[in-house]
Amino acid sequence: MTKKDIIERAERARAKKAALGKDIVIDNYVTGKEHDTLHSLDEFPAEYLQDLLDAGIEPTEKDRAGSFLQRDCSVVFSTVKYPGLELMSTTDALKEHNWLKDYLWKAVPVDMDKYTAEVELEQTHGYFIRSEAGKKVTMPVQSCLFITTNKIGQKVHNIIIAEENSELHIITGCSVSHAVNSALHLGVSEFYVKRGAKITFTMIHNWSRGMEVRPRSAVVIEDDGTFISNYILMTPVKSLQMYPTAYCRGRNARATFQTIVYAPGDTKVDLGSRAVLQGEGSKAEIISRAIATDNAEVIARSDVIGEGANAKGHIECRGLMLSDTAEIDSIPELKATRKDLDLSHEAAVGKIAEEGIQYLMARGLSKEEATSVIIRGFLNVDITGLPDALAREMKKMFDMSLEKVM
Amino acid sequence: MLEIKDLTVEVEGKEIINDLTLNIERGEVHVLFGPNGCGKTTLLMTILGLPNYKVRKGSITFKGVDITDLPTNERVKLGMGISFQHPPEIRGVKLGDMVNIAQGRKEGKIDGDVIELAKRLNISVEFLNRDVNRGFSGGEVKRSEILQLLAQSPDFIMFDEPDSGVDIENIELIGGIISELLDRNKMPSKRKKAGLIITHSGFIMRYIKVDRAHVMLGGRIACSGMPDEITRNVMENGFEKCVEICSNVGTV
Repeated sequence: MTKKDIIERAERARAKKAALGKDIVIDNYVTGKEHDTLHSLDEFPAEYLQDLLDAGIEPTEKDRAGSFLQRDCSVVFSTVKYPGLELMSTTDALKEHNWLKDYLWKAVPVDMDKYTAEVELEQTHGYFIRSEAGKKVTMPVQSCLFITTNKIGQKVHNIIIAEENSELHIITGCSVSHAVNSALHLGVSEFYVKRGAKITFTMIHNWSRGMEVRPRSAVVIEDDGTFISNYILMTPVKSLQMYPTAYCRGRNARATFQTIVYAPGDTKVDLGSRAVLQGEGSKAEIISRAIATDNAEVIARSDVIGEGANAKGHIECRGLMLSDTAEIDSIPELKATRKDLDLSHEAAVGKIAEEGIQYLMARGLSKEEATSVIIRGFLNVDITGLPDALAREMKKMFDMSLEKVM
Repeated sequence: MLEIKDLTVEVEGKEIINDLTLNIERGEVHVLFGPNGCGKTTLLMTILGLPNYKVRKGSITFKGVDITDLPTNERVKLGMGISFQHPPEIRGVKLGDMVNIAQGRKEGKIDGDVIELAKRLNISVEFLNRDVNRGFSGGEVKRSEILQLLAQSPDFIMFDEPDSGVDIENIELIGGIISELLDRNKMPSKRKKAGLIITHSGFIMRYIKVDRAHVMLGGRIACSGMPDEITRNVMENGFEKCVEICSNVGTV
């Protein structure tokens, strides 16, 4: 597809409503003024520091292989400390690598809906991360997409490539300043996991009640490749809909999605994970935990489609209701297209068991403390597949975000 | 230490305990026998103060404090502890977390001294990292409960069927640690702890010396006496017969 074809397709899809989620009027949001670039992350205005930390970003860059920060529509910081690792704005990367255009819109269709079309036609950067063949970068790369201006529309296109037999660990935080009442985030992310490579992608969404969010993500996994996604959302958001899809294209390709959501206030989220098992012996696991309280509405979707020989997929989604005015819709789906598949799901939505609270009270906790221990336990999915240091850090971030909401 | 007076308890509108009176002094351990459904567990849960157990009459005093209306955790803070027969599983809450909670600690890490305590019960670090009671065998449940009590170190401990579903080897281990928890290995004048043990089978009695035994029938304590005598009578003649023998002794 030439650039001209892509633009034409995008133009045609400009008014195409998304299959899921409330329709957003994109024109209500604007492209903001350019922000100055930074020499180091700690030059970032102090008033935003907490929002940055809450999104899992380490301002000192300690134990990070590289850092990327986009403020509204400007890339203000990008640095990389490891040979064999590339990290820069997608715009710069497209100038630097002529071949990169072949990766654009290969995993996510440009005319999927009006949001993908908008990102093509009105793109404001995004990040490009690539690990060279054979390079195992165990220290995580951090990237942050940050909104500080009211009424801004952030429209990023991210490309992440792990070349053959390489390893890439990414912590990405999307955050918004407390001063912002209303803003839009459109984020297209295309992941390419080459033969024998591994990407772990840990994303913390730290939104606020005025945010409308439409990520569009897809992953292509080749032979023996592994993709692990950990997604955490613990703050309110006006409207968020996403349905990232992993195409396990190669033999023994593996995908794992773990989603942890605590939905307070008037949050409306429609979150899904889909795995298409195309390769022989490919495997997927989708785990989700959702808590709905106050008036929150959570739709937790999961979908495994089995197409390749001996493919195996499992869905485990659990919901916990803390309010009579909240709602959780749990929608697990399995689709089999041949006979040698092994697909399964378990789904449950319930309340906090009284027996558990009483048990903890019998060990000395008050009712409130016991409730909080049970909620923490419910959300506490053991994140597998991360390097030890990153796993410890994830645990810390998880505890921090939980402490904030409890 | 514990004084129960004229206690009547309802569960879901049904009277389960009727005018029960029981005193357990500091340094004493009592054992409570009785058939299924006689109200043994109800008595323990009422002493613990679980919300489904409604006290309709009477009072419970613990260490001189009237605890009849206190919430469970307040009773626990006063120094009460329990080993449950069928504790619930809690997803994502590890046995190690429970031990920290019982010890009154906030942090999530499993400490060296917790690992030491666990070793005494043949509990491995991997086991401490399992979700509490999830897929535990009968014996594992008991050891996990007793580990939590070791960490908590209460002054008055209730054991609900500590010997049910446990193999011989583990009964000996559990019996030894219960004895220690209840100061049984100390001289009588040095014993500060008190306990109440429910047992259906009586197996655990081989490993723990107790001071007094009771037989519960139909929501009341039907007879009380020396542990050896009562145990023998219950084991040889069954609960009803034992009560009969007791009351005959009374009338002669």
